[in-house]
Amino acid sequence: MPAYDNMPAMELYQPVQVEDALSLASRLADRGWLLGGGQDTYGWIKDRAKRPEALIDLNGIESMRGIRETSDGIEIGALATLTEISTNPLISERYALLAKAASVVASPQIRNVGTIAGNVSQDVRCWYYRRGLDCYRAGGNLCYADTPEAQNREHALFNASRCVAVTPSDTGPALVALEAQMVISREGGQRVVAAEDFFVGPAINITRTTVMEPGEILTAVRIPAKWANAEYFYEKVADRNVWDFALVSLAAVMRTEGGNIQDSRLVCGAVECTPRRLRSVEQAIQGQPRNQATADMVAGMASEGAQPLTHNHFKMPLMDNLVQRALTA
Amino acid sequence: MTPKLTRRRFIKSVIFFGAAASSGAGFYLASAAAQRPAGGVERLVSLNVNGRTRRVDVMPQETLAHTLRYKLGLTGTKLGCNRGECGACTVTVDDVTNYACSTLTHSVKGRQVVTVEGLRAADGTLHAVQQAFIDELSPQCGFCTPGQIMSAVALLKTNPRPTREEARQALSGNLCRCGAYDHYLNGVMRASGQLS
Repeated sequence: MPAYDNMPAMELYQPVQVEDALSLASRLADRGWLLGGGQDTYGWIKDRAKRPEALIDLNGIESMRGIRETSDGIEIGALATLTEISTNPLISERYALLAKAASVVASPQIRNVGTIAGNVSQDVRCWYYRRGLDCYRAGGNLCYADTPEAQNREHALFNASRCVAVTPSDTGPALVALEAQMVISREGGQRVVAAEDFFVGPAINITRTTVMEPGEILTAVRIPAKWANAEYFYEKVADRNVWDFALVSLAAVMRTEGGNIQDSRLVCGAVECTPRRLRSVEQAIQGQPRNQATADMVAGMASEGAQPLTHNHFKMPLMDNLVQRALTA
Repeated sequence: MTPKLTRRRFIKSVIFFGAAASSGAGFYLASAAAQRPAGGVERLVSLNVNGRTRRVDVMPQETLAHTLRYKLGLTGTKLGCNRGECGACTVTVDDVTNYACSTLTHSVKGRQVVTVEGLRAADGTLHAVQQAFIDELSPQCGFCTPGQIMSAVALLKTNPRPTREEARQALSGNLCRCGAYDHYLNGVMRASGQLS
């Protein structure tokens, strides 16, 4: 497939009110494309792998910017950039997990324009799909990544259903760990969805990675006070520290009392199509001290039930070792 | 064609003297853009580039790198991958580094764009970073250099005396295929007065 330097002709709308954006999104539906930082947009269009008729540039909407303190935590405007999030004093102080996750996305220039909403809504990185092949996710009836010869070392260990792509988001696991709430607006209303339910796997909807319907816009992310100032661990393992997507990432928050873990949430990125909560580990470490003995006790538990493909077995010990680190860090 | 009428000059004259880009200057998209349905943004926009206001005809889907290079003649901004994966096209928008290949020109209206051409003083004195990169022989082939310079300039604006590690982080979004990273870091340390 040839790659083109320029994008084909499209309409561009630059609404400044969220109502105008919602009415455009609703009118254009599948023909429109919401544009935040655009870093997961231009590649698709330059490659002619996706062909929206119109871009709806949301960057002029002031009400979707900024990071505010609320009565129960903070509210992050959907257009807050990853740089803003990683350097914001409020987030760095209380939700350092999220600041850390935002600081390891892609490269500095991408973080300068990439938004939190875009980071959680970005499409999967399977190169067969990105190449514009007619796979399940693209509406076809074949998976090019799940064959004996396929290059699938970045692909899924869990809950694959026809499609074996994984969630590429670095902030997604952190938001699930922090029990964030996603504020989704549409014309004439809005709904609030828990981050954990925001992401959907291929068994539920193979053409999308989130619950967002055409016509809807993610306008804000709320983080409750529940995990403010909690102990945390975040690590992203990738081939390169810049640009590359996670091979496996782990976001964890913990509350300890008297040296024992009272409550915790551990969430893995890049092992299935959605951020994966490690519930069995969370249950096993409850009431245990955060130390090597506990880490030994849960060794191997994180990757239990994994169904690796030809080239991604290495992700299983990677998951387990990240859990070890989270418990001994 | 006379030797004086280069393609670049021809394009410049077409753009600057108000003729539409669809007059055959080689933009295969221009004719398609003319058939675009009504609505959306105005094509004739004012851009603030390197401190000057420039009126330019911009397609809705046009990237900033395209506008700078092919419409404003500012070819110091390089296109390497055109996918936000190399950093050669780095420019600053309101003092923040952006990949010009992955920025819509229409999104920088009313903002201050600075390219490598906009760094030197009116009398021709080079920016401290430019001079330091020359003194430290930072570039090898030089293709990534304008992007490296812009990243370094943006860093020094917010952090005038960075540590080498901070400089490494700030320049991490710029690939150098010659592998002259340490030479660029030497340049940043010199530009910030930490290397004599």
